[in-house]
Amino acid sequence: MSGIRDRVAVVGMGCTRFGERWDASAADLMVEAAYEAYEDAGLDAGDIQAAWLGTVSSFRTGQPLAEALKLDYIPITRVENACATATDAFRNACYAVAAGVYDIVLAMGVEKLKDSGFSGLAIAAGPGSDVEPPTPPPSQFAMAATRYFHHYGIDYDDGKRTLAQIASKNHHNGTLNSKAHFQREVSEDQIINAPMIAWPLGLYDCCGVSDGAAAAIITTPEIARTLRDDYILVKGLGLAVGAFGVLRNDWDFTYFPETVRASQVAYEEAGISDPRAEIDMAMVHDCFTITELIIMEDLGFSHRGQASADVADGAFSLEGDLPVNTDGGLKCFGHPIGASGIRMIYEVYKQMQGKAGGRQLQKADLGITHNLGGRPGAFTCSVAVFGRPD
Amino acid sequence: MVGISAYGAYIPRYRLGADTVGWNSRQERAVANFDEDSVTMAVAAGSDCLAGRDRSLIDGIVFASTTPPYAEKQCAAIVAAALDLRTDIFAVDVANVLRAGTNAVQTALDAVASGRAGQVLVVIADSRQGPPRGETERASGAGAAAFVIADQGVIAEHVGSHAVTDNMLDAWRSPGDPFVRTWEDRFATEEGIERIVPAAVSGYCQRTNMETSDVAKIALYAPDARRHARLARQLGFSDNQVQEPLFGAVGNTGAAFAPMLLASALETAEPDDLLLTVSYGDGSDVIGFRATGAIALATIPPMGVSGWLEAKRMLADYETYARWREVWTLDDASRRPAAASPSVSALWRESDKNVRLYGARCRSCGYVQYPAQRVCVECRKVDDGEPVRLSETPASVFTYSMDYIAGAVDTPLVVTVVDFQGGGRVLCMMTDRELDEVHVGMPVEMSFRKLRVVNGIHNYYWKAIPRRTPEPAAAPA
Repeated sequence: MSGIRDRVAVVGMGCTRFGERWDASAADLMVEAAYEAYEDAGLDAGDIQAAWLGTVSSFRTGQPLAEALKLDYIPITRVENACATATDAFRNACYAVAAGVYDIVLAMGVEKLKDSGFSGLAIAAGPGSDVEPPTPPPSQFAMAATRYFHHYGIDYDDGKRTLAQIASKNHHNGTLNSKAHFQREVSEDQIINAPMIAWPLGLYDCCGVSDGAAAAIITTPEIARTLRDDYILVKGLGLAVGAFGVLRNDWDFTYFPETVRASQVAYEEAGISDPRAEIDMAMVHDCFTITELIIMEDLGFSHRGQASADVADGAFSLEGDLPVNTDGGLKCFGHPIGASGIRMIYEVYKQMQGKAGGRQLQKADLGITHNLGGRPGAFTCSVAVFGRPD
Repeated sequence: MVGISAYGAYIPRYRLGADTVGWNSRQERAVANFDEDSVTMAVAAGSDCLAGRDRSLIDGIVFASTTPPYAEKQCAAIVAAALDLRTDIFAVDVANVLRAGTNAVQTALDAVASGRAGQVLVVIADSRQGPPRGETERASGAGAAAFVIADQGVIAEHVGSHAVTDNMLDAWRSPGDPFVRTWEDRFATEEGIERIVPAAVSGYCQRTNMETSDVAKIALYAPDARRHARLARQLGFSDNQVQEPLFGAVGNTGAAFAPMLLASALETAEPDDLLLTVSYGDGSDVIGFRATGAIALATIPPMGVSGWLEAKRMLADYETYARWREVWTLDDASRRPAAASPSVSALWRESDKNVRLYGARCRSCGYVQYPAQRVCVECRKVDDGEPVRLSETPASVFTYSMDYIAGAVDTPLVVTVVDFQGGGRVLCMMTDRELDEVHVGMPVEMSFRKLRVVNGIHNYYWKAIPRRTPEPAAAPA
């Protein structure tokens, strides 16, 4: 196995403003993201040989992408893998280019969530016995928080303070991003005292429910060099799908094995042995503040039980040694589910090109993105590693 | 010898009482939680009754209630599955009348006496409601009783029965009516219970050649405390012969009322005590039992009426009761999309998992898993699991959340991951809980509850409740 390292490049990207896009349909959002990517790459629809459309609930097939962009009878595959959807669409597009089947392809992620009339996620399950308790995502991740705090002897006040530091950091980063759903500072005390959603998680512990789309144009490094100097290279791609869930009494909710396994694969491909020291930035799946805390340990950024201390020290802020969610994360950029993974890649791409404006990092040579789809105990996790050409 | 070989009871945890804002009465009433109904209460009483006994010996089940959840669909079959009874048994629902409880006991006695069955489980539960603020609401409570009627191991021998049937429209409810309707109570009392019950008791005495003074305890139905006392006096029973009617603690539990008093009397009965059970409703049933020597040695149920009476919590306000019991309904402000009907074929396929609460133990490696898996979660052996019933296995909370947005009736919704002793883990809701008692490691037990009603389908499943039974209920041998 030769792996994906240095075999494909990203030469153009687009991302819409995320948020309550009452003005835009899912098709409108795809057009917005695609035309930004075309312009960025100096390409047009006629250059795209195949496409992958990631969406959880907005469409059923790949055809709506062809219709929106007027693509010329090219193959399009619709990908659905919960919150890892966009990254998995991107991953499959990469493999098709690496296999030598296509030269230039498009990966698109889109979600239109705000037409449901309901403030939370309103994605219906298929027919079943319906005896499972209603556990919207906040409740699922709250159970991880409860157990994490219990396991490490963290009392409620200290735990809430740590979570508030994470939310406050991501809100700050969101103020520096004109495409973010939420662009205002929120203080730790506001966060701690906000209405409870699923104890111990309050309003600001939860990410936004947003509309949006993001697109990436993928090609070979050889073609990329002909298009621009500042393309980025895929260094590693990991995808791990959990099987055991709550079936096992010995899994304790304080870590997510899917993240551990997916990152091991991606790090190995990328040749990363000390993630905390080597990685310059990480866009991770902060659907809830507790998730970002646990991810810091699962990705090897913090030792087990030590993420709270690293958060308190500011290690993951823009000024820290490993900035996390520099674009505001799911928390503030927003979370159109099927688009989020490519939105993360967009931020890594812009940082590496030095185009991240007020949130630009000094050193942005190696970055990762991370998505968790599903629920604690039953995740689909993707990790992608990106670098600059030498 | 035919008679009662085991008994049990159930009283819901919550009470309306002196400290309940808006209740305006010092009398306590047991009220079913929002997720309880006559089926779930019957399962709880049946579980109390069968604790530590070999339930594979049960040959039939009779369910009785004036408040069955279905107009068409057998409740006894649901209770039988939840209690993990065999499937080659007979099952009967008795409904529509306050006398349903004694009707059920008599049906079971006849089945065993005829030799058709060796042991029959009788479960009787009721949760009648009157219009808000009315006399019936003030008097009504919720509760259940259960008995095993058998021809062996009898602790109270059946010594006689007498019935009177008298077509009488003093309380009634038509399909779709949420509340019991009644006629003027002076008429109902004088021409109803005070005329019919004395005729039935007198008929019983003549038929069995006994005197009222022979009775150790009478488990007597009446709609409220005042009329209960008056009727007992009218029948000629002295105070010490009358089983405490629990009006001030539980309320009138309808069809389950006299049977609960019988279950209560059995807790303290001495050998040779004659116990008379007297019901009322379109006539009256009188059934006599005489305690045997075996009663002194019999194991009392883990809870019984006395245990449930102590395990109570007061409701903070009348509004909570009104919401729970749909006396009034609150609009669901969340705008969450309406729930789809549960799939009946999926319910059927998952019945062992959902109703019997079976997990599986891998025969190859011994790992216990819930739900049962085709491929073992530990050793990956395929199709080599044996069922393990987890419904009465002691458990504890591994983790939990309290969800303020997912539910409308019982917010916050406490969602738990529960670990069973000996292995197995379930994601379920917690009910009958006070928020400040929920913690990691909390001892819990499983309780059969109604999740929701969609498309007319009453979807039942198990929830965790704070552990109340004093000893872990023993698994069948």
